[in-house]
Amino acid sequence: MSTGSPAAGDLSAVAAAVKPPTAPAAGSDFALRLRANSEYVAIPAFALLMAALLFAVFLLAIGKSPIDFVDYVWRGGFGTAFSFQNTLQRSSPLILTALAVAIPARIGLIMIGAEGALVLGGFAAAAIAVPMVGFAPPIVTMPVMVVTAVAVGAVWVGIAGYLRYARGVNETISSLLLTYIGIAIMNFFVEGVMRDASNPNKPSTKPIGDAYMVGKIPGTDVHWGFAVGVLLSIALYFLMTRTTFGFAARVTGGNFRAALAQGLPVGKLIVSCAMIAGGCAGLAGFFEVAAIQGRANASLAAGYGFTGILVSFLARHNPLVVVPIAILFGGLVASGGLIQRRMELPDATVLVLQGLIFVVLLTSETLYGRFAIFNPKKGTDRT
Amino acid sequence: MSPAEFSRRAFLQTTAAGTAGLALSLAGATRAFAAYLTVGIVYVGARDDFGWNQAHAVAAEALKLVPGVKVVEEENVPETDACAKTMESMINLDGAGLILATSFGYYTPFVVDMAKKYPKVEFRHAAPLWNKDKDPKNAGSYFGYLNQAHYVDGVAAGLCTKSNKIGFVAAKPIASVLSNINSVLLGARKVNPKAIVQVIFTGDWSMPVREAEAASALVDAGCDVITCHVDSPKVVIETAEKRGVKTCGHNASQAPLAPKGFITGAEYKWATIYKGYAADLAASNPLPNFLAGGYESDYVQNTAFGAGATEAAKAAATAAIADMKNKVPIYVGPLKDNKTGKVVIDKTYDNLDPFLDQMNYLLEGVVGSIT
Repeated sequence: MSTGSPAAGDLSAVAAAVKPPTAPAAGSDFALRLRANSEYVAIPAFALLMAALLFAVFLLAIGKSPIDFVDYVWRGGFGTAFSFQNTLQRSSPLILTALAVAIPARIGLIMIGAEGALVLGGFAAAAIAVPMVGFAPPIVTMPVMVVTAVAVGAVWVGIAGYLRYARGVNETISSLLLTYIGIAIMNFFVEGVMRDASNPNKPSTKPIGDAYMVGKIPGTDVHWGFAVGVLLSIALYFLMTRTTFGFAARVTGGNFRAALAQGLPVGKLIVSCAMIAGGCAGLAGFFEVAAIQGRANASLAAGYGFTGILVSFLARHNPLVVVPIAILFGGLVASGGLIQRRMELPDATVLVLQGLIFVVLLTSETLYGRFAIFNPKKGTDRT
Repeated sequence: MSPAEFSRRAFLQTTAAGTAGLALSLAGATRAFAAYLTVGIVYVGARDDFGWNQAHAVAAEALKLVPGVKVVEEENVPETDACAKTMESMINLDGAGLILATSFGYYTPFVVDMAKKYPKVEFRHAAPLWNKDKDPKNAGSYFGYLNQAHYVDGVAAGLCTKSNKIGFVAAKPIASVLSNINSVLLGARKVNPKAIVQVIFTGDWSMPVREAEAASALVDAGCDVITCHVDSPKVVIETAEKRGVKTCGHNASQAPLAPKGFITGAEYKWATIYKGYAADLAASNPLPNFLAGGYESDYVQNTAFGAGATEAAKAAATAAIADMKNKVPIYVGPLKDNKTGKVVIDKTYDNLDPFLDQMNYLLEGVVGSIT
């Protein structure tokens, strides 16, 4: 395990540089905190490195060059202005769907229903916009779409939260099943009453029209969903770490019975967190419809909700960390195309890498608290 | 955009790639030097899916053999902005001059938007969606009337069935699928007036479990020839083979999946179109905006007969192929639908008549409902 320590040294130096100098420099308190916190950077970094090494072995085994691979990931995902914007654009839905997993996770719920909330939220946004197109100006229609998408997503995941609290239904299973129901509902309407008759071969709602679409962030090729995702990550980080609501939610997540005994409104907290999650996913659906597709159809169920689970776990359910991890994934997916084209590898290659990262990262969870370097003196912890 | 402009651009690009070593062609520099055209092909699924994507991938392989053409391919690209970004990446990083977008949902808004954004790149999309009044001139459509090959399937199936029941596993009740089902029926009826087609819709393009159940249910219902229209017929054909009945394929060749029961199959022949584009660009001719056709244009074909085909079926199917090449009409009116008995096809229509593209009914003789 000595391989972990040099990386840890480097990273704690970086962390020190980043950390605002508010903490008293003289006290060993700050140093202790730094060392303890750097564990959360060093171990995931080490895990990513290990996953990369395993993947390099995999590439060598099939006769491809890992160096080429790294080169193409860089060039396809980050290296040029086009590539980086491509990455950011692809990361936007992932930020929102990862938040939809991260927030319930803080209260101890593993909700994986972001896909369903995204699809239904997007569908609801399109459904409400279509009759408004023409007589209501975009300035009215768009907020209505946003509110509808967020509300529908919130209710959808909220159901799973309520069932968890009131009936003890496993929220992971119920949120997953609700996803399938949500997709089926969308298909039911899109192939039935809401179908655009002028499009006989791909069942969709009527288009909302260019005037009602969300534009790009000025000077870039990235739609506003990215900026909204980043702002929301910051806001939710603040909510979960700096407010009594967030504190109560984390207490509930830490020990449900203790929270009950303390008289915390556990039911409200659980349902609220689930609804915040659903709202985030619904918002992602809004952006898919209003910034990308221009209509609702089966393409909404593109798997963003499921990739979001991965992103959230990698970010250890920290809303702030979700952003860089989503960008990392966006970059992997963006460069996946270039890798396919240049290295003549199947698309599954990038999935192999994603899978390796996930498995190694979950395994690395067992490493926390095992290195003396991060926990120098037992028993002298800050209180 | 004039063709002259295009060739000048292609020439400049090639020269730049070879001599200046521009970043966009670093990796492919040695190959790009000889290439006058880079073609980017985007697939929605896996290239070896025994179906829609494979049909395009087979044509891509043929295109790679054309001297001076470099092909870059990307598979499993969903119908979201991912496909727009993929096309853009092919243009920006690979220097693609022609993009072939092969999935239906790529067209609006993605192909249209990219064509507007990159007016010097040609975009062609595999469905008849290009609108000459609205859509950019550097975009276009190509499409094959696969129902002609399904008609040939029907002729062969009509002579191979003993129970006179042909099973059809269909994805969604949309026009192109309905036309294939009706064509199988009319082909079978041509040689066997007692034949019926029994159809089950699975509801989506790729539902492997439901496709297997549907194929099995059709066999249980007495069908002894099974065919289908789903994205990847692999599961249907394998299930039918396991159940010991005969099969007709769809989209690409499924012959290897059914060594005992395979009769023939309806296949696209996209290579005709792809090579045509390459030849046009090489000769600096304008690229056609809209291509659609069947056997008469060599855009569709039937898989070579398998062990399931009887001699009579082979002879009749071969004759039917000749008919299709000679534009003999499939839809000889009047024809009634299977629900109300109302005449839905009032007269005889040519095989490419736009009237038939609006098909929203199953003909009398098909057992099944679209609602």
